Amino acid sequence: MSAANPERVVTIPRDADNSLMTIERPPLVLGKQSFHAVTDAVSDVVEMKTPKGWLFVLSIAMFMALILLGSLTDLVGVGIGEWGLNHPVGWAWDITGFVFWIGIGHAGTLISAILFLFRQKWRTSINRAAEAMTLFAVAAALIYPGFHVGRIWFAYWMLPLPNQMQMWPNFKSPLLWDVFAVSTYGTVSLLFWFLGLVPDLATLRDRSTTKLRKIIYGTLAMGWRGSHRHWLTYEKAYMILAGLSTPLVLSVHTIVSFDFAVSVLPGWHTTIFPPYFVAGAVFSGFAMVITLMILVRKAYGLEHLITIRHLENMCKIILATGSLVGYAYGMEFFMAWYSGNIYERFTFINRAFGPYSWAYWTMMSCNVFTPQLFWFRRIRTSIPIMFVMTIFVNIGMWFERFVIIASSLHRDFLPSSWGYFRPQLVDFTTFIGTFGLFLTLFLLFIRFLPAVAISEVKGVMPNADPHGHGDEGHAHNEETEAAHG
Amino acid sequence: MADRKTDPNVAAIVAWFQTPADLYHACEHLRDQGYRDFDAHTPFPVHGLEKAMGLKPSPLPWVVLTCGITGMATAVAMQWWMGGIDYPWNISGKPPFALQSSIPIIFELTVLFSAFGAFFGTWAICRLPKPFDPVMQHPTFYKASDDRFFISVEAKDPKFDIGKVKATLEKLGAQEVEEVSP
Repeated sequence: MSAANPERVVTIPRDADNSLMTIERPPLVLGKQSFHAVTDAVSDVVEMKTPKGWLFVLSIAMFMALILLGSLTDLVGVGIGEWGLNHPVGWAWDITGFVFWIGIGHAGTLISAILFLFRQKWRTSINRAAEAMTLFAVAAALIYPGFHVGRIWFAYWMLPLPNQMQMWPNFKSPLLWDVFAVSTYGTVSLLFWFLGLVPDLATLRDRSTTKLRKIIYGTLAMGWRGSHRHWLTYEKAYMILAGLSTPLVLSVHTIVSFDFAVSVLPGWHTTIFPPYFVAGAVFSGFAMVITLMILVRKAYGLEHLITIRHLENMCKIILATGSLVGYAYGMEFFMAWYSGNIYERFTFINRAFGPYSWAYWTMMSCNVFTPQLFWFRRIRTSIPIMFVMTIFVNIGMWFERFVIIASSLHRDFLPSSWGYFRPQLVDFTTFIGTFGLFLTLFLLFIRFLPAVAISEVKGVMPNADPHGHGDEGHAHNEETEAAHG
Repeated sequence: MADRKTDPNVAAIVAWFQTPADLYHACEHLRDQGYRDFDAHTPFPVHGLEKAMGLKPSPLPWVVLTCGITGMATAVAMQWWMGGIDYPWNISGKPPFALQSSIPIIFELTVLFSAFGAFFGTWAICRLPKPFDPVMQHPTFYKASDDRFFISVEAKDPKFDIGKVKATLEKLGAQEVEEVSP
């Protein structure tokens, strides 16, 4: 009988007290931790004596940021031609860098908003740093279109403000939609991030030992005193901002993709761009979060808060979004063939086998083949392999934008205007410099602000449940949480 | 109520509990006793505590809705007037104003205004920033943002009576039951 119907003989495992056993998930906070231990672990990072290593890394980052300053000064002095832009390839590294950085930012919003709405509790120990990453990535991204206007002092012409031309911006242009999308995104991300910081700033204020710290953190904490009447509105605001950020983040990369998709250029004019760009953005952003988190948890001994489970979950998201991106690449080729349009076909064959094929195959190997290794648990849980792979993913995603922009532009409809883009020194230094800006801001953040959301981590600990028996998945906990979020 | 023992120098009575569960039960007890002006101060939002305290839901969503509608109306009005009336451009023969091409900016401004509503609305409803509050004078109140679960009963509560409140809190197992001045 057991051979014919094996599931019949399976006995349900029971605990010692004969109650049904549940399959336990690994805990989100490792070890027996008290609330105070969590406060200590996170606050110590901010309160300890400035580590030498931090100063060393910061000086490198600031040096790179100075390179950015020098490159931009040069650019403004000489003109956009410094960037090696030429007639058919007018966007080149500029918009490549812009889309690259905006895309990286998207993981932060995904973690803080979308995973929050899906009640993925594991997000709590990584959301703060990921949101900070979003802000700094948006700052790095804005450098590009800001300076691409050439005469930076006229950048306000992008906004609907009265100006000396007595005319308004063109509301039918996707580039203007982008101005609204990116500035809204930056602003909302900042508000969301600061809202989340307030209770933790209060914690730092209450632990302050020096007057200066008390004044600074006290001012920023705005007199937060953990009142439940405040928490009630605060949690509602958090939920609403998460609900607003979720469509917002999807809209931002959709509108970024409109910069391309709304044009009539073969290789750009495709309806798959919005979802494909969003998937690619999440893909690269999670890769950047893993790269940064591996370093932060190691440097500051936060391995018990940012556990291997967090990293493994992020690897799974990279696998999923990487597969979506791979599917989109395939579908683009299929549509180019299926459309019967000779210009489309030419563009895609040229993309894979033309002058920029080296960039195309770099993109394919980094973005399509690399993430497939994450099917293996051994690879998903190996920190060194993960670290290298996530860097490959970001290299691949940078090349994706370069391939889309440069390879679609360099072969125009008229062969007489064909060309080839070669980056100049200033292109390289500007790109390296934006990393400097990003890293400088991130290093300052992990030194002076709590890199892990203290109050949120406490909220998902088993002993936080007012009705619980120290059981994370207790029914009542889930139910009240669903009702009040 | 004339026999209530109050003191103009006492703004509230503040005490703390070790666990969220103890605080939860204490809040339920105070609510059932008919207290209204009491508050909990916790390092993280204790789920369901608003039920134990008998609080009404936050009015914030209405603020956000109002702001969102304002944002949407602003975006429509701006694009219609600027692009369609004040300085129409002829670009590829497209109409000066059309709803379709206005959707992205309408969406973005709706979100932007709603987010401003949620952010500034929160501080307005909470009456923050407020650098000083009487409860902060409790000797160990700095631990309310760490690992202790505070409760405060304010003097403006109609049932407030220093002796009774203290006795109730002590009976509930509260520690360091202290009076704080306004």
